Amino acid sequence: MFRFIVRRLLQLIPTLLGLSILLFIWLRRLPGGPETAILGERGTPESRAAIRRNLGLDEPILIQYGRFMKRMLRLDLGVSTSTRREVTTEFLQRFPGTVELTVTALIIAIGVGIPLGYLAARKRGRFLDHASVGGSLIGICIPVFFLAYVLKAIFAENLNWFPSSGRQDPTIGATRVTNFFVLDGLLTREWDAAFDAIWHLVLPGIALASIPLAIIVRITRASVLEVLGEDYVRTAESKGLTEAVVRRRHVLRNALLPVATSIGLLAGSLLSGAVLTETVFAFNGIGAFVAESISNRDYPVLMGFIMIIALVYVLVNLLVDLSYSFIDPRVRVR
Amino acid sequence: MTITGGKKREKLDRLAELSVRDDERGASLWQEAFRQLRRNPAAIIGAVILTIFVLVAVIGPFLVPYGPTDTIGIREGVVKSGQGIIPGISGEHWLGYDHQGRDVFSRMIVGARQTLLVGVVATMIGLAIGTLIGGIAGAAAGLGGRWGRWVDSALMRFIDMLLAMPSLLLAVSIAALLGASLTTVMIAVGMVSVPVFARLLRGSMIAQSGSDYVTAAVSLGVSKRKIALGHVLPNSLAPVIVQATLTLATAIIEAAALSFLGLGNPDSATPEWGVMLADAQSYLGIRPGLAIYPALGIIITALGFTLLGEAMREALDPKLRK
Repeated sequence: MFRFIVRRLLQLIPTLLGLSILLFIWLRRLPGGPETAILGERGTPESRAAIRRNLGLDEPILIQYGRFMKRMLRLDLGVSTSTRREVTTEFLQRFPGTVELTVTALIIAIGVGIPLGYLAARKRGRFLDHASVGGSLIGICIPVFFLAYVLKAIFAENLNWFPSSGRQDPTIGATRVTNFFVLDGLLTREWDAAFDAIWHLVLPGIALASIPLAIIVRITRASVLEVLGEDYVRTAESKGLTEAVVRRRHVLRNALLPVATSIGLLAGSLLSGAVLTETVFAFNGIGAFVAESISNRDYPVLMGFIMIIALVYVLVNLLVDLSYSFIDPRVRVR
Repeated sequence: MTITGGKKREKLDRLAELSVRDDERGASLWQEAFRQLRRNPAAIIGAVILTIFVLVAVIGPFLVPYGPTDTIGIREGVVKSGQGIIPGISGEHWLGYDHQGRDVFSRMIVGARQTLLVGVVATMIGLAIGTLIGGIAGAAAGLGGRWGRWVDSALMRFIDMLLAMPSLLLAVSIAALLGASLTTVMIAVGMVSVPVFARLLRGSMIAQSGSDYVTAAVSLGVSKRKIALGHVLPNSLAPVIVQATLTLATAIIEAAALSFLGLGNPDSATPEWGVMLADAQSYLGIRPGLAIYPALGIIITALGFTLLGEAMREALDPKLRK
């Protein structure tokens, strides 16, 4: 187990190194640089050159890359060219929002998806099964941003049940500790602040959860159906074990392996969805910020963001691989 | 030779003959899959949706009542979007006008063609590049020995990097490189599906490389290139084709997302459902229909591709066949 973890972490190094080189070249090939974003089309050649010199963009690309790597090793991501603030500061302020949003979406997707998928498999061919299979098909086919708009129009603007934008009501004046608004509220015992932050998460969380939920329902259903046909389930049932025990120890445990894999693979698509949901709900997270950074040619922000995402993606999938041996002791990671 | 020997030979010949005839009579994987598809209601619904969609996309634009760029509503003075006046459904304009006074029904029909085009071209791009990379990696890993494994792992690290980047950001950065246009959307959406196709074909080819017919071909001295291209590749294509059908659905949805972020066709002269949906955002309060029609178009079309793709997957997967 230990050797497996170490080897997987070592494999990270070439992947991240290659990714950083590719990105570095790729970003600098984009037409227009940060100077165009800062000055607009009007900038004189002199002022453009001055900005490029200031940002160190006039040097050979190898030297630029060397400096970037040196900073990375000190965990310093540089200064954003569009907001003029430390990239690390920007990230610490915006990442928590996106993390809260994606975690909410995952909680909804897993909390609803696995039970629903299980029930659909158990009631195969009945109404609940057809409804959840049909529902999940539609869930995959609805554009996330359209669903977000519909939810916002109905539940925020017409019924006024939920707030239509932002992460928290600024008039509450909540204390900031970690920038995870829900966590902050709990830490400082400002219950109303925590509750308000959760309230703000509901609609964007549901919109973002739609695709993962649909995928989890389908995979759980298929996987449970396969396990239900196994001999050991029949044996367990004929031994007179209660349905709850059979479900927990025999069916779900064996059926959850493929579900865990799919959750790991969903990490990337969740982030793409977050960009769209954050835009619709004016949710101050990292997604919308990074999408803007592309048009601003904000190299440090983009480099830093994608390196972190790649790291998260690999780590999440490592955790998923490790979870196999907890879910199913027959799987031994090597 | 004894009589028994002759009999034996006769018997063998007859058996061989039988097996040949059986081969002719018995269905291939694809024929069998097709037979299964015809019995699957989901596949039929999907096929019907897609047939209608393709017919509308191909023939529809010739039959539309109004030009898709004709700002007829403004000319006639019925549409004043500045004052929030956009008339809805009427006998003459079946789906009403849009914010520039154009006939929404005509735009939906012409938009179907653009939407189909974006989906098909994007999928083709992903399919071509993905199968190229996946095919080389799969052949190298399955048949290439030590050097092949090295090629495979280099290619797969590259694919891993693509996978590690959130697809939408990859698409957005490609769109930033090429500028906003319909072509950009096609390329960006296509590139996003490259790693999926590559991984799928590689996995499928490696699995095929272990089968008996490959061992047989190797021991007969067939060249590796011939084995890879003539035997392994054709047998590995089924999951890729299924995936292509499913990708058509996601491509249409992702194209809509890119248009939403403002990276699609900048002038809305050529209507496309994603662009129409994005344009409608500012008029949601006045005429929600402007968003609902293109959204329904996208959802139903994506549903058609998904239903057919899922049914194909079931039909082609021997494990799922009951």
